[in-house]
Amino acid sequence: MANPTKKEAPFTMDIFTAGLWKENPVFVMMLGLCPVLAVTNSVENSLAMGLASVFVLVCSNALVSALRDFIPKQVRITTYIIIIATFVTLVDYIIQAISLDLYNKLGAFIQLIVVNCLILGRAEAYASKNSFGKSVISALGMGLGFTLALVMLGGVRELLGAGQLLGYQVFSLDFEPWVVMILPPGGFIVLGSWLLLINYFEQRKTGKLIAEDAASHCTVSQSRGL
Amino acid sequence: MADRENEPNKVPPLPSSFSLISTLGAVAMLSGFLVVLVYEYTKPIIAENQRLATERAIFKVLPKASSRLTFLINEGKIQLADDKTKGELIYAGYDANNNFVGLAVNAAEQGYQDIVKLLYGYQPETGCITGYDVLKSTETPGFGTKITTDKEFLANFNCLDAKVNKEQSELINVIKTVRHGTKKNPWEIDAISGSTITSNAVGRMFNKSGQALHPIIAKNLDLLKTAKQQKRGNHGQSD
Repeated sequence: MANPTKKEAPFTMDIFTAGLWKENPVFVMMLGLCPVLAVTNSVENSLAMGLASVFVLVCSNALVSALRDFIPKQVRITTYIIIIATFVTLVDYIIQAISLDLYNKLGAFIQLIVVNCLILGRAEAYASKNSFGKSVISALGMGLGFTLALVMLGGVRELLGAGQLLGYQVFSLDFEPWVVMILPPGGFIVLGSWLLLINYFEQRKTGKLIAEDAASHCTVSQSRGL
Repeated sequence: MADRENEPNKVPPLPSSFSLISTLGAVAMLSGFLVVLVYEYTKPIIAENQRLATERAIFKVLPKASSRLTFLINEGKIQLADDKTKGELIYAGYDANNNFVGLAVNAAEQGYQDIVKLLYGYQPETGCITGYDVLKSTETPGFGTKITTDKEFLANFNCLDAKVNKEQSELINVIKTVRHGTKKNPWEIDAISGSTITSNAVGRMFNKSGQALHPIIAKNLDLLKTAKQQKRGNHGQSD
């Protein structure tokens, strides 16, 4: 149960933005990679899976946070799983009601959101220890970060694998699609390429900062005649 | 000092079993309430979506039809039914003058990933399968999904021979999928190179459905042809 004597950190925008990029669940934490690799063969599928995950993540984190003072430690994981499974079942019905075509395309991966470690991980690591508002905002940031990563993968795979984006032809009809991109190996190739690119720029940025820091340190030392 | 050192190792008291069970019970009840609420709300919408999907598929495989009737095949007999009836359903299409234009029949078979479900057009008078629409498929994009896009494969179904024998007991020829480029007979399906598993599944499902349903259709063809006019006549009398 939550410790009432422990003072909670104040609310900052970092709570929301961390999940978007700095602690992105896919590119940084490498969580929930099963749907990331499986359903990102088009932007439409990626967006639908991302938004379904946002719904489950926000609702389950909200409920876990609201009930955190009443859930005994011994049954917390079981309770979280029941809560997550409930919202996954709801999203399953809602997608069937919105579009059967989309539901058939996403197949079993909607039901498999229940075992996405990102959702249980956030419930255990964040929502069970923080206030309702902070949990919802953090879950929203994480969910949107997850959706962003899915769309980044889906965009590249659909573009190269079908010459289209959101179903609209981008390349000319002479373009020979790279079929491998919409197959499972394409998921690994595109995810690996994004990780390579992101880490390259991150390292360059870190290197630049270290160099700037060293240069400024050197200038200060020289001016002091050291 | 000794007390302070022992403090971190102090085990918190275990909550009572009643507390654990009541927490799980309350959360499960809340969960059940939410699921039933959303299920009841979405049920008619999902049923309507399924009806529209079937409707679209029927008029796609029977392009000359402007109206249709649903029939149930049960123990070798065909009877008029509605879309909510459970069982083996077939759909008869009729043109603007209520003339019979063909049948739409369900077929399903295990593909590469999962079961592939189709609705195909069948002309009982000529014994031709004249095309299909995929109702459900999770086949590999770029390979198994070619059954809806490959022009050469779709050409197999301009008139795939599914004629019933004179005894009306089975198909004259077994429908089968053959290796790409080796098709010789009108009851053979020329497989798609690179997606033979899905091509074979299509061949198997047409043969299975044909052997089971086409003889019954042949025996009840008159009923299917006249059902629309009879129904209209009955309505006229009741008016």
